[in-house]
Amino acid sequence: MKEFDYRRADDVSGAVALLGDDPDARYLGGGTNLVDLMKSGVERPARLVDVRTLPLDRIEPADDGGLRIGATVTNSDLAAHPGIRNRYPALAQAVLAGASGQLRNMATVGGNLLQRTRCGYFTDVSKPCNKRVPGSGCPAVEGEHHNHAVLGASEHCVAVHPSDMGVALTAFDAVVSYETADGAAELPLADLYLPVGETPHRETALPPGALITGVTLPPARVAARSRYRKVRERASYAFAIGSVAAALDVSGGVVREARLAFGAVASRPWRAHTAERVLTGAPATAEYFAAAADAELAAARPLPDNGYKVTLMRNLVVAVLSELAEEAAR
Amino acid sequence: MATSTSSTVTLNINGEKHTLSVDHRTTLLDALRERLDLTGTKKGCDQGQCGACTVLVDGRRTVSCLQLAVASDAREITTVEGLAEGDRLHPVQQAFLDLDGFQCGYCTPGQICSAVAVIEEHAAGWPSAATGDVRPEAGPPALTPEEIRERMSGNLCRCGAYVQIVQAVARAAAETRTETEEAAA
Amino acid sequence: MTTATTGAAAPTRAVGTAHTRVEGRDKVTGAARYAGEIPFADLAHGWLVLSTVARGRVLSVETGPVLDMPGVLTVLHHGNAPRLHTDYVGMLGVPPDLTAAVFQNDRVPHAGWPVALVVADTSEQAREAAEALVVTYEREPHDVAFSAGHPDAYPADGHMPALTEKGDLEAELAASAHVVDEEYTTPEEHHGMMEPHAATARWDGGRLEVVDSNQGTTWVVDELARMFSLDASAVRVRSEHVGGGFGSKGVRAHQVSAVMAATVLQRPVRVVLTRRQMFSLTGYRSPTTQRIRLGADPDGRLRALDHRSLNQTSTVWEFVEPSAGVARIMYDADAHRTENRVVRLDVPSPTWMRAPGEAPGSFAVEAALDELAEKCGIDPMELRLRNEPDGGPVSGLPFSSRNLAACFREGARRFGWADRDPRPGVRREGRWLLGTGTAAASFPAGAMPSTAAVTAEPDGTFTVRISAADIGTGARTALTLVAADALRVPVERVRTRIGDSDFGPAMIAGGSMGTRSWAWAVTAAAGELRERLVPGGTVPPEGITVRSDTTAALAALAQKERHSFGAQFAEVAVDVTTGEVRVRRMLGIFAAGRIVNPLTARNQLVGGMTWGISMALHEEAVRDRASGGLYGADLAGYHVASHADVPAIEADWVDDPDPDDPVGIKGIGEVGIVGAAAAVANAVWHATGVRHRNLPIRPDRVLEAGGPRV
Repeated sequence: MKEFDYRRADDVSGAVALLGDDPDARYLGGGTNLVDLMKSGVERPARLVDVRTLPLDRIEPADDGGLRIGATVTNSDLAAHPGIRNRYPALAQAVLAGASGQLRNMATVGGNLLQRTRCGYFTDVSKPCNKRVPGSGCPAVEGEHHNHAVLGASEHCVAVHPSDMGVALTAFDAVVSYETADGAAELPLADLYLPVGETPHRETALPPGALITGVTLPPARVAARSRYRKVRERASYAFAIGSVAAALDVSGGVVREARLAFGAVASRPWRAHTAERVLTGAPATAEYFAAAADAELAAARPLPDNGYKVTLMRNLVVAVLSELAEEAAR
Repeated sequence: MATSTSSTVTLNINGEKHTLSVDHRTTLLDALRERLDLTGTKKGCDQGQCGACTVLVDGRRTVSCLQLAVASDAREITTVEGLAEGDRLHPVQQAFLDLDGFQCGYCTPGQICSAVAVIEEHAAGWPSAATGDVRPEAGPPALTPEEIRERMSGNLCRCGAYVQIVQAVARAAAETRTETEEAAA
Repeated sequence: MTTATTGAAAPTRAVGTAHTRVEGRDKVTGAARYAGEIPFADLAHGWLVLSTVARGRVLSVETGPVLDMPGVLTVLHHGNAPRLHTDYVGMLGVPPDLTAAVFQNDRVPHAGWPVALVVADTSEQAREAAEALVVTYEREPHDVAFSAGHPDAYPADGHMPALTEKGDLEAELAASAHVVDEEYTTPEEHHGMMEPHAATARWDGGRLEVVDSNQGTTWVVDELARMFSLDASAVRVRSEHVGGGFGSKGVRAHQVSAVMAATVLQRPVRVVLTRRQMFSLTGYRSPTTQRIRLGADPDGRLRALDHRSLNQTSTVWEFVEPSAGVARIMYDADAHRTENRVVRLDVPSPTWMRAPGEAPGSFAVEAALDELAEKCGIDPMELRLRNEPDGGPVSGLPFSSRNLAACFREGARRFGWADRDPRPGVRREGRWLLGTGTAAASFPAGAMPSTAAVTAEPDGTFTVRISAADIGTGARTALTLVAADALRVPVERVRTRIGDSDFGPAMIAGGSMGTRSWAWAVTAAAGELRERLVPGGTVPPEGITVRSDTTAALAALAQKERHSFGAQFAEVAVDVTTGEVRVRRMLGIFAAGRIVNPLTARNQLVGGMTWGISMALHEEAVRDRASGGLYGADLAGYHVASHADVPAIEADWVDDPDPDDPVGIKGIGEVGIVGAAAAVANAVWHATGVRHRNLPIRPDRVLEAGGPRV
């Protein structure tokens, strides 16, 4: 780890000014990902601007009846918040399914969305990686990829986004607020992550120097009956190999509204719009749930060792939607 | 912009203030171990992947290997050395000792600090991934062995003392509840 | 002068009574200091630089720019490091793993090979300089692809003969009513002890002192003295608390490079391995491929048993993972063939890891027996009981004791085995399919020569000194109990000091032999001391010390098959739609000699079984063929069982004191893992009807294998 300057910001505009347009400067939130990447040499910033103590640590009602979550709210506080647990239970479950109690106490909402992939080629500077060193190659395509992407990837990168929280936020149409020297702006979370294409090192649509200040959840009645299910290679404290955030509004045995997002299958949390369209107005039965999953997963392009993810996601969709439908029928 | 690569910080550890100059690269873990000779906090992976370095920062469990010392200025830090009151062990420490909640002992300070926080988090009504219904109306979950296991999962124990650790946490939690109830009565 | 007061009356019987760890308070308060935690004045910090190529030569080490960096004191590499002596056979009867003999030439035999050590005033400076050091290589093609059919495989002995065979295998297989012929594989597995390897070396008045984390201080002294051409008496190694070992903590690159740097700089130098470095420098359990052929009569009696195992080793050290050794003890057959083979690849050196041979070997043998039981239509426990041998299947020697049947009967009673429906894939609870499985376990019970000293102090207490290592086994406490009984005094009057090579030669904490070997020496010294102390007599200020050496007593032991045994039971739940497997409960009943301290013994056996769960479901280091290095070499990429993976596990034992051991000990460090993974795998079959012959039983494998739709 090389030496670096450290500054603590007092307010948002001060933080943005401290970072400036320095490409070697980084915002420091909880540090759970950035400090680790600095130790492994993936990140070598010259300056850290500590934003952890900015007054962005509240969860408040938004004007439209939704909830506004400050960027420095910790994962723990988010998952424990009565409003989140009551109105968006899948979000609380997703956060609780991630990392460990210690890491959730440190990690922030803003940092969670900007965390980097845990692909073992990306995190090991002795190996090639197009995301880390553009043009160096993607050894995962021919090498180890059993936990890599099946949707939206390219030959240049097949890494997956590791967030659980982001999957639920994506399902609930979250909007990201950020600040630059030009002032405050917003971006739907769905548009935050760039397509992989030939530029896997370009990950987000945020302008240079932008600081995420919060995430707004619009009101969504459907979210009250929602669930997050995560499958991983041990029972806890592991990244997903596949996860689903789902919400279902059923009336008279017919789906009025469905929300569905997938984790650990793409370079970003994957909103399953195609599946949602199939579900809307369809009977709330396992048969239609499977058809919806199949419609979404038709776009899957698995590699030799990760084809199981297609089956896994299909099964997860059917299982989670069936549980929600059963609950609704009770 | 003028830059510097070290800063003077005041670390408030176990109720005692320590003012020292730290290289910005120094983690809280290394400051504790290398600078302040508080070696009870252990370095197992230095990557946030094992929990051995768990301490309490402002009352919340934290992996000190990913917390920069410079970012810990003025925060209240409790390490394993700060849990006992004189010769009287913290109930969690006593339960680990009595029920043999460890073998080699290297993950133990982290397990114990984590367990202290788990009991408090549970008392505060926090749900976990083992909680069936996270909605507030479902009420706080009981601290079953399954809940303890999930909540303690950020602390790896390679010796495989998990079974005894879970028993120790359950006993300490029950004792803490009893004490709280007696105090209330 | 004080009065000597050992009790002449009835023994106090501390052995067999639960006792919390004598160092427990230090461990729960953080007061216990491990190797990297002892303060030294003027300490410098070393950081290893590892190769990024898997095979080739170091062309250059660009030390200039790094030496100009702040705080940097020196850079050691093959061009300037002190020369080492490596042509020897060490205390354990094997030559040194050259991975530890750092910087002796320009060859790079595997990815992650140590090529330099950067030493600086602070660890932050050393780390940055090590990352900045430019090393150039000449790259050569590498082969890291381990497979059953590798053309370079050859039979290798290791600690046992490569091959044993009797009878006409093909004829007996042909005559068998039921045959199992399957291949089983286990992946590369890592020790992953929580305390990374750490050593501080310094010269103190012409004597080399090393504070280290290891499994045997006199073992490390022996190796360091030979490598650096020193008299063993000129080396002292201390290792008071050790954060786990499992076979990995011997002489490694960290001690050797620290000694080199301390020699060059003439100041104390500490080298601590990073978690990632541990994955290529500290050994691991080799992957195995194992082919098993079993042939049986209709009643399940074995006519033919063929077990062929292959493991990988490095090009600089031969290590045999003797998986085929299991059946040499466990099961006889008219035709019986077992063989261990190795193949040298451009990979790091594997080494001993908890139950080397027995852990992967028992998975294959005990899973194959489960398959045979299914074919024969016989209960798997009953199949094993029908094949209990009278003596060693290969050696023909009598067993000192073999209480496997008692373990199975007690285990079956407590687990509720009698009610088991043998049909697979028929029990469902919500999304989970349920199943139960069993397997047998065994591990050698041995002892190695050790010395101990016991001192009667003037204040009426006693001090035991032995260069034992407590790597979490509870040895320090066990030896205290053993000494108290031998002295016939209360435990509180005995203080046990370990982990210092100045206490004299002793066995390492390894091979499940540590506590037994040390207890023998402690018993001998304490017993003689008790006889020497005259009731009412006086103790001089320097105390009265008696020393023991068990070499002669051990040499006089009769040749027998000496082993611990056990019966493992597991219940699992499997969701075949997601591939998730959860172990719901486990029970292990062991016949493992006299149990010195039930509290710590139960913990250790349960710990072994926990390793079995971890081996069955989680552990797998993935080698990247292109780079030759590991993929995801950290504790997020290499999964060991977490709290949430480990259910209520019970371990207990049947009465089984070893008749030839002064305390009756056999050793319990490893038998707990043996058979545990097979019990889990057999339970997964019982739940789903699908045999998983490749560990770990990962979700993707379960998902792709499918299962019944009941």
